[in-house]
Amino acid sequence: MKPARKQRLILITLMVIGASIATAFALKSFNDNLMYFFSTTDVVDGKAPKDTLFRLGGMVIKGSVERPGDGMMVRFKLTDFSKEVTVEYTGILPDLFREGQGIVAHGKLNNQGVFIAEEVLAKHDENYMPPEVKSSLKNQPNSGTGQ
Amino acid sequence: MFLVPDSVGRFFHRMASPPHFYAFTERLMPWLVVIFLLLTAAGLYGGLYLAPADYQQGDSYRIIYIHVPSAWMSLFIYVVMAIAGAIGLVWRIKLAEIVAISSAPIGASFTFIALFTGSLWGKPMWGTWWVWDARLTSELILLFLYLGVIGLYGAIDDKRVASKAVAILALVGMVNIPIIHYSVEWWNTLHQGPTVTKMDKPSIHVSMLIPLLLMALSFNVYYLIAVIQRMRVELLQRERNSQWVKTMVLENKQ
Repeated sequence: MKPARKQRLILITLMVIGASIATAFALKSFNDNLMYFFSTTDVVDGKAPKDTLFRLGGMVIKGSVERPGDGMMVRFKLTDFSKEVTVEYTGILPDLFREGQGIVAHGKLNNQGVFIAEEVLAKHDENYMPPEVKSSLKNQPNSGTGQ
Repeated sequence: MFLVPDSVGRFFHRMASPPHFYAFTERLMPWLVVIFLLLTAAGLYGGLYLAPADYQQGDSYRIIYIHVPSAWMSLFIYVVMAIAGAIGLVWRIKLAEIVAISSAPIGASFTFIALFTGSLWGKPMWGTWWVWDARLTSELILLFLYLGVIGLYGAIDDKRVASKAVAILALVGMVNIPIIHYSVEWWNTLHQGPTVTKMDKPSIHVSMLIPLLLMALSFNVYYLIAVIQRMRVELLQRERNSQWVKTMVLENKQ
């Protein structure tokens, strides 16, 4: 390779490496801000902000969804398979909301440690399959797929 | 360099010469169009008709056949653009510069389609058109990078200087590509994790996967068609004073 070309190649490589390192440091320092939601463990451990709105993500525990009263109010428990948080929400839930489903709720904690949600979004998983396959997987509890 | 057979080396050497490239792509184009049409027809038929509905999302998931290939292409084209830009910078190959700048509008379009179809998909499934999570935000930044490349190229009159500036911008923007891909693993996001592009086996049923891969191939061929057409126009504009363009124009007149 001619010296001039070699020099340019080295210069470009250094530039890309420099940009990557700078970005890596920036992302590392803003890591917490880049999290779209807090986990239920964060909330139980007191890492989530008090008195301000934040997002809480987790899986709706099977059998925990109840509708106390006649209104639109729904109460359910969220988990990250380690700690649980109770959520209350008044409004229309997204179609994909169901027990065992991941969701992200936007709201704040009240004094009793219950999360009062103003908005509930459903998080769908990365698995795609026909309903027949899903039901046959259910019959074999030790099958490899997630869920 | 010694590993490349002589004939292959000669082929690339000739392709880097504008008149040869122009003549060769003219003969190649009909074949590419036929392949593209066949792949698209097969992919859409498989995806919209043969593939079963999803266990959770029903028929709504079928937007995957546009959304996912577009998102893949938006990343792939960016990488092609940055590498072509780097080759242009180091070896000063005119055709590489043209590949880089011709890819930008196509990549921007695919990025826009990925964002737009994702938004349409997000409303019924997640319950929102848009959220500022890491995946969606980094993909939006990719769109702005593409637009920046197009704008910068247009702002500089000397196109060889413009190509250098654009290549540097594209190379710096490369850091965004792994961020987009790994955003769903590094941070909590509303967007779900990868289905196909992961080490594990794809978590999509094979009857749904095959049309998806066909659509991805079809989008790749579309990119090839679009980039070649744009390159031919860009070549003619840059080389308008050269002898081969003059000869060709005169021959066509008669």
